[in-house]
Amino acid sequence: MSGQIDEGLRSELQRQGIWVTSMQDLYNWGRRSSIWPLQFGLACCAIEMIATAASRYDLARFGGEIFRPSPRQADLMIVAGTVTKKMAPQIVRLYNQMPDPKYVISMGACAISGGPFKQGYNVLKGIDRYIPVDVYIPGCPPRPEALLHAFMELQRKIDGQKLTGDNRAEHLNAAQPSEFPVPSFGEHDLEPPANPNVFEPPKIERT
Amino acid sequence: MTVESLEQIKGRAEVAVPGARIEIVPNPGPANQPSLLIDSEHASAVAKFLRDDPTLRLDFCSNATGVDWLDRTVKKTVKVKKVVDGVEKDVDEPTEEKVPGYLEAVYHLYSMTHKHGPGIIRMRTADRADGARLPSLTPIYRSAEFQEREIFDLYGVRFDGHPDLRRILMWDEFQDYPMRKDYREPDDYEYEPTPHDDVLERAKQHYTPRPQLDGAENITVQRQ
Repeated sequence: MSGQIDEGLRSELQRQGIWVTSMQDLYNWGRRSSIWPLQFGLACCAIEMIATAASRYDLARFGGEIFRPSPRQADLMIVAGTVTKKMAPQIVRLYNQMPDPKYVISMGACAISGGPFKQGYNVLKGIDRYIPVDVYIPGCPPRPEALLHAFMELQRKIDGQKLTGDNRAEHLNAAQPSEFPVPSFGEHDLEPPANPNVFEPPKIERT
Repeated sequence: MTVESLEQIKGRAEVAVPGARIEIVPNPGPANQPSLLIDSEHASAVAKFLRDDPTLRLDFCSNATGVDWLDRTVKKTVKVKKVVDGVEKDVDEPTEEKVPGYLEAVYHLYSMTHKHGPGIIRMRTADRADGARLPSLTPIYRSAEFQEREIFDLYGVRFDGHPDLRRILMWDEFQDYPMRKDYREPDDYEYEPTPHDDVLERAKQHYTPRPQLDGAENITVQRQ
């Protein structure tokens, strides 16, 4: 494990032409360098996501340029835009169809909390009510630099994941669920309105 | 709008469609777009007249929308004959009149032929419950099809004669009509970072009460 190698010794060896690494580092390096996002967009944030993937910002520099049109081949779901209540079950279903390990970036104010449509009757107040989110990007919409930043944050997160032990990555833990219940269309709202196993609103003590 | 005034259009429409009851609804305000209120029975015929009349030719329905008018009480003072101290007198007595609410569908019509418009027509339902029915103008204006579905979806107006009346924005299982003024959305206010006004009131119902203090917070360290 990389934790057992002294960083100073490792860089000293590297200078001498000896490359020392560990299974975990190799594994994480491979995964973080080829994060394939799922190709779908919901609103204006998707335009920024397209710009991020295009030549000026060039997501390919980070290994994320291969947008997959099928959830079966995707590692990353970028929830780019307003999640309406009518669309929310489909998003959860797409997430369930993605193979582990899978990550979610909640892009923009709407995907985080409902954004400017928060008190509307038809907009979900954040996709984190149904699926776990790894990185949130604020903005309306966030600039491509912000999405790149989120992408790098996700890579940093993957880099720090452990293969063994109690703190091992979620997809290596059989007890962690990788699928989440799809909400159904109710008479007044989605049912359930949030998944209590995923969504824990902060308790506010105010009078 | 058109070369004719609204009064002239109303007069000609009433001649062309016998029995039609048309009213001019004024719109005092900067927009100043008065409209024609058409009774439900003759709405299709009047719309057909507006579309096919050679001088009007309002052949394009650009917009159809709904309006919700709640039940309201109008306060009036009515002179009532009353016996006061043995003498019959006219006394002003305040009365309250209940005006039942209704739903409206408003159509904005333009002429592609003569490049004029809008001619605005509106229809009213009998009430806001079972009587919320109107004749569909989709057979006359094809472009009204989706917009009438939207009015049905959000206001709950049933359009008789519509070819495909289903919800268009909300899901089919949905029961409410969200654009009605008495609609109350589901209570998902458990986390509001910066609540204010109505939102604050609803968010407060989810607040956990402050913990009861037991006096321990007043104990201070005794320094020797």
